[in-house]
Amino acid sequence: MKPVMTLTGARKAFGAHEVLRGVSLAIAPGEVVAIIGPSGGGKSTLLRCATLLETLDGGSLAFGDLAVATDAGGRAAYAGRDVLKQARGRFGLVFQNYNLFPHRTVLQNIADAPVRVQRRNRTEADRAARELIAKMGLTGCEDKVPCQLSGGQQQRVSIARALAMNPEILFFDEPTSALDPELTAEVLRVIKALAAEHMTMVIVTHEMSFAREVADRVVFLDGGVIVEEGPAAQVIDHPREARTQAFLSKLAE
Amino acid sequence: MSFATMLTMLTDGFLVSLQIFAFTLIGAVPLGIVVALGRMSRIAPVRWIVRIYISIMRGTPLMLQMFAIYFAPYYVFGIQLTPDSKWQATIAAFIVNYAAYFAEIYRSGLQSIPRGQYEAAEVLGYTRVQTFAYIVLPQVVKRILPAMGNEIITLVKDTSLAFSIGVAEMFSTAKALVASQVSMVPFAVAAAFYWVFNFIVELVLGAAEKRLAYYHD
Repeated sequence: MKPVMTLTGARKAFGAHEVLRGVSLAIAPGEVVAIIGPSGGGKSTLLRCATLLETLDGGSLAFGDLAVATDAGGRAAYAGRDVLKQARGRFGLVFQNYNLFPHRTVLQNIADAPVRVQRRNRTEADRAARELIAKMGLTGCEDKVPCQLSGGQQQRVSIARALAMNPEILFFDEPTSALDPELTAEVLRVIKALAAEHMTMVIVTHEMSFAREVADRVVFLDGGVIVEEGPAAQVIDHPREARTQAFLSKLAE
Repeated sequence: MSFATMLTMLTDGFLVSLQIFAFTLIGAVPLGIVVALGRMSRIAPVRWIVRIYISIMRGTPLMLQMFAIYFAPYYVFGIQLTPDSKWQATIAAFIVNYAAYFAEIYRSGLQSIPRGQYEAAEVLGYTRVQTFAYIVLPQVVKRILPAMGNEIITLVKDTSLAFSIGVAEMFSTAKALVASQVSMVPFAVAAAFYWVFNFIVELVLGAAEKRLAYYHD
């Protein structure tokens, strides 16, 4: 099956510091990929490049048949504004600290972009948003503003906000890092439910047990390269590479 | 002169003060946005020119700026001054002066909006204009309201500076009455006018803040 997203030879440096040094990653439809690795290993930068928040220095990026960046003699050449806009319609991103719009209600946070960006009918967008709210276990919160919600509820709103755009692939940037264990569990439950529906997802996470449970494939990223990747059980329980072993044993301490 | 006559004269003066106040807000509130955007421009020369402009506006007396704008057309371009010139110079000086202050308040508000808000909007596909209008601006308004309140209240009192150039606003009237009637009462009445008006301004600002208190971040 054709990948939903294809990243090839991704390179990115901030000044002299090379954060990504040739990362290639293809995500198949319905696949759930967990990206693990130490801080500063390039996980977040990888996600930010894939979601067009950062531009690649080198390599190529495509969403399905849509070429966002192509390799032009070692440099990443980005497509025009129209293509980028189209690409943004194909993915969603859930941030570590939610980034909900504080001045808008839960319903508005979810239904606004479908109306303003996708030009969908307001009534239809509201109806779809209410369905998502129910699915996220947030019934009754429609007219609340984010500051009235717990962190776990806010993160579920932000997942609903991303889903409302009907993305082909959903990226999560450490979705539970700002949450305590109890709230983490309710967010992970929602992500698991999405995995059961075969939502294509790429999740940067520090929750190893969650990664093992939900991910089809685990990617260990360190020093700007993919050190090891494979089925979750293999990479997490029986890592082959010394760096993966060291990272996992440090986590287990 | 009866108290009623005096009150009528002061009221007439107050209406002129009110006009200075209103025209300044109508001009400086939007102009401040342009200035703030220039101050944060990616183009360095634009940024510097705006910085110098703000520095001069804040660093020299508004009274002097009024005179500069009043006399500039004559001394620089040889244009004959008309009876309307004083009024036009006053309004122009107030607008460009207050736009500089407003711009800095807007800038503080704009820069206090977390990057994540822009990123969330970008990922969702909002255009730059949509992001500004629907996501950034409403949050900026809430954050700058107290600082704007300060400036607006100062503006009410600053309208009395037009006295120096000879615009017949309330303070000029009060001063003339004090001299002719040999009484301090006109000053007291003028003070009451300023205070009552500012009290209304405070009420309006308070109501606006309350309206936006439905969320915090």
